[in-house]
Amino acid sequence: MEEITIVEGLGVTVLGMAVVFGVLVLLMAIIIIESKVIASIENRGKANAAPNSVPDAPAPAATPAPLAKGSCGGVMLHDVPDRTAAMIMAIVADELKTPLNELRFISIKEVK
Amino acid sequence: MEFIGRIFTNLAAQTGFVNMFADGPVAALKTIIMICIACLLLYMGIAKKYEPLLLVGIAFGMLLTNLPGSGIYHAELWYAGAGANIDFGAVLHEGGFLDILYLGVKLGLYPSIIFMGVGAMTDFGPMMANPKSMILGAAAQFGVYAALLMAIALGFSGPEAASIGIIGGADGPTAIWLTSQLAPDLLGPIAVAAYSYMALIPLIQPPFMKLLVSKERRSIKMEQLRPVSQTEKIVFPIMVTIVCCLILPSVAALLGCLMLGNLWANCGVCDRLSDTVQNALMNIITIFLGISVGATATAEQFLSVRTLLIIVLGLLAFCFATCGGLLVGQIMCTLTHGKINPIIGSAGVSAVPMAARVAQVQGQKDNPSNFLLMHAMGPNVSGVIGSAVAAGFLLAVFG
Repeated sequence: MEEITIVEGLGVTVLGMAVVFGVLVLLMAIIIIESKVIASIENRGKANAAPNSVPDAPAPAATPAPLAKGSCGGVMLHDVPDRTAAMIMAIVADELKTPLNELRFISIKEVK
Repeated sequence: MEFIGRIFTNLAAQTGFVNMFADGPVAALKTIIMICIACLLLYMGIAKKYEPLLLVGIAFGMLLTNLPGSGIYHAELWYAGAGANIDFGAVLHEGGFLDILYLGVKLGLYPSIIFMGVGAMTDFGPMMANPKSMILGAAAQFGVYAALLMAIALGFSGPEAASIGIIGGADGPTAIWLTSQLAPDLLGPIAVAAYSYMALIPLIQPPFMKLLVSKERRSIKMEQLRPVSQTEKIVFPIMVTIVCCLILPSVAALLGCLMLGNLWANCGVCDRLSDTVQNALMNIITIFLGISVGATATAEQFLSVRTLLIIVLGLLAFCFATCGGLLVGQIMCTLTHGKINPIIGSAGVSAVPMAARVAQVQGQKDNPSNFLLMHAMGPNVSGVIGSAVAAGFLLAVFG
């Protein structure tokens, strides 16, 4: 297919875009289904594990500690010392020119 | 004394200066122009930092191949004529240093291996967390086909037009892979155009964002993405490989390597392999790819009106790709009642992660508290899959 007319080129364009959209929409559908199936399997696994773990589970805390005034809640630290986490949050707040108590940090994880 | 004189005469006859003028003053002028272009590209790569890892290698390969008498690359071994098969025996016997390295390009090895490293470095999580963003990655491939149509209108053959069009995919390895299969004589200008424009994305895209999307919409904040489990990340590359390669077998090498690299990175049991493809192997292949692609840019191939047309068409391909992503982003913004910021559509042009960063920077200019980077990574990485699918389709049609 060496030489090609503009009309044939239009046909290739329409078909090509259809193939690209078709494949990516199909992958999109697969991802949606896959995520639902995996989530349901994982939830079922957790539900099955939960009754077994009840006897060993510690008694839940009566009430969570009250948050400090202006606090947006706790932050999960993964392999990050408190001091480093505090510095990271201060730097982010400074960069954003936003007071720290108006930001919400959910977790800080060291990427190795 | 006569012996010494003969040595001097022989040495003088072998110098590049004599070889440069052996084919007349016009050929010598072309050689000088090519050396200047190579030096300009070296300047762009080193001083301006335009995709330096590849552009410096490409420019230096271009410099080496155009120095007369070096004999390290022989274009005549590769372009035997339309329909003629390459004599690989002759390449091995008569080829120079760069001819041997070029085998990896011609056989499609380097782009695929580079894709392995790209796959290992790419996090498909943002795309999996928001699968709708894949539509934006598909929409941005409009640039590929718009450039294809324009190239056909300008008189390029089908395979040449397809190779020019794939510049719009904004994916260097994909462009090199397709061009080496369909139009190897255009490899030099297409590689230079693809990598130069990828480096210029921060200049190319923002004007279209401002032109096509209102400030109000550019300021839209998007909801935080859901976390993606490791199981999903492991299943994803396997599913993509099966589905895409069943639909378009021609894309198996490229997409298969991309997904294999990603699987190594996510499966948790192949960390050493993932590290190797991301670093050592990627660097080695980048060296080979750069200088061997640059070597194809000989004066006869490069200095023509066609090269100028390719440079212009490449720029238009990037513009149309950006517009395609932005316009479909606008549609998705309307359909979702303002939940999607349309400017993340521009990241669908691949060029990971540059295009996503450009969307982030523009979004933050319009709304300083906006963080679009992870949202833009969705269309960005789906653009990589989209451009690979587009390349596979074009290879199936024109190959």
